[in-house]
Amino acid sequence: MPAPFFEKITEAVEAAIKKSEVVLPKDVEAALHHAYKKERSEAARGEYENIFENLKIAKEKNVPICQDTGLIVVYLTVPSHITISGELYDAVAAGVAKATKSVPLRPNAVDPISRENSGNNCGAGLPAIHIIPGDKLSVTVFPKGAGSENMSQIKMMLPSEADKIPDFVLSVVREAGSRPCPPIIVGVGIGGTFDTAASLAKEALLEPIDSMTEFEQSLCDKINELNIGAMGLGGDTTALAVKVKKGFCHTASLPVAVNIQCWCCRRFTEVIR
Amino acid sequence: MIELNTPLGDEVLNLKAGDRVFLSGTIYTARDEAHKKIIEEGFPFEPKGAVIYHCGPVVSDGKIIAAGPTTSARMNSLTKPMLDAGVRGLIGKGGMSDEVVSELEGRAVYFAFTGGCAALAASCMELKACHFDELGMAEAVWEIVLKRLPVIVAIDAHGKNLFKR
Repeated sequence: MPAPFFEKITEAVEAAIKKSEVVLPKDVEAALHHAYKKERSEAARGEYENIFENLKIAKEKNVPICQDTGLIVVYLTVPSHITISGELYDAVAAGVAKATKSVPLRPNAVDPISRENSGNNCGAGLPAIHIIPGDKLSVTVFPKGAGSENMSQIKMMLPSEADKIPDFVLSVVREAGSRPCPPIIVGVGIGGTFDTAASLAKEALLEPIDSMTEFEQSLCDKINELNIGAMGLGGDTTALAVKVKKGFCHTASLPVAVNIQCWCCRRFTEVIR
Repeated sequence: MIELNTPLGDEVLNLKAGDRVFLSGTIYTARDEAHKKIIEEGFPFEPKGAVIYHCGPVVSDGKIIAAGPTTSARMNSLTKPMLDAGVRGLIGKGGMSDEVVSELEGRAVYFAFTGGCAALAASCMELKACHFDELGMAEAVWEIVLKRLPVIVAIDAHGKNLFKR
């Protein structure tokens, strides 16, 4: 494939990161306003007011909403005529490195043991790149902050324990408490293998949050009875939404992954022409 | 809203959990690595009356671009030496352990600032200096002058904790 093609990918990744870091998706902002309108706790209302003021300043000044600009998770939708090669991965990484300077992003990528920082948000295994077959070539970026990522959990449940899935989700949210910057969005991956359950949970967070299934709504209602509230100061809304994604699993397994997302749910898709 | 200026003194003892405060004056960022280094090598600033902000900002061209709080609970076991040295205030998000609540008693308070509100925080900040720059952008100690950052007293100096209900 010609070099300009890879340059286009790099540019699209950089542009998508910039947009995702500065402006929140419409469905997420609408959900925050909806939660604010029905919030009865005065302390929590103050937190929402800061959030709205912050979103306004970020947009006006064209700066990141949150200083934890995350690790960049990338979903590439690739049509069948495009060859998936090492160069494709390199082109995405180059976009992340460029965005680190141009947005700017906080350099967050370190060696897990020595804690040495790469300085450009890339490194062994980073950025995380997921390739999905599709009709149009597009790139979705999903910057993931550590505050909420650190509160995520996975459990290899027994096939007979399907009715205990809500209890597990609730225990993860209860344990996370104030730490993942509530109001949160909860991504649940049910099924798959150990690793794909986690991928499903993360992909669930890419779904718009303006609608929920009956199961998701009932989980969300139970979470909101926990009274963790905005920033953990107590309140009516702890979760803006719960999103669930399922995949087939081994007949002897029931993996369940819960990926927690802070209120600052940043995602942006750029179609490459 | 109460107006407070750093360095802080005995006025912190009058604050009550739930009080809303505009905080002004010099503060110092410190996360996990900076706490460890301070414990091993000493403070790069005067700790008496100081306020520590649990934050790893985005800094570019000598300016603070984004600087919201990080999860304070990661610093639970590293906080006592700060308070013993005379630190009077902590700013962060998510609250701290029961041990820290009792370590704060009679001497210091914990302010909560809204997680994720990094652009709002940066709009109240002027960058003065960088200490421990070898730790990198997120973990270095940044000396910042605040102009009226809107915070809430979440743990007061008398054991009252808004995160415990």
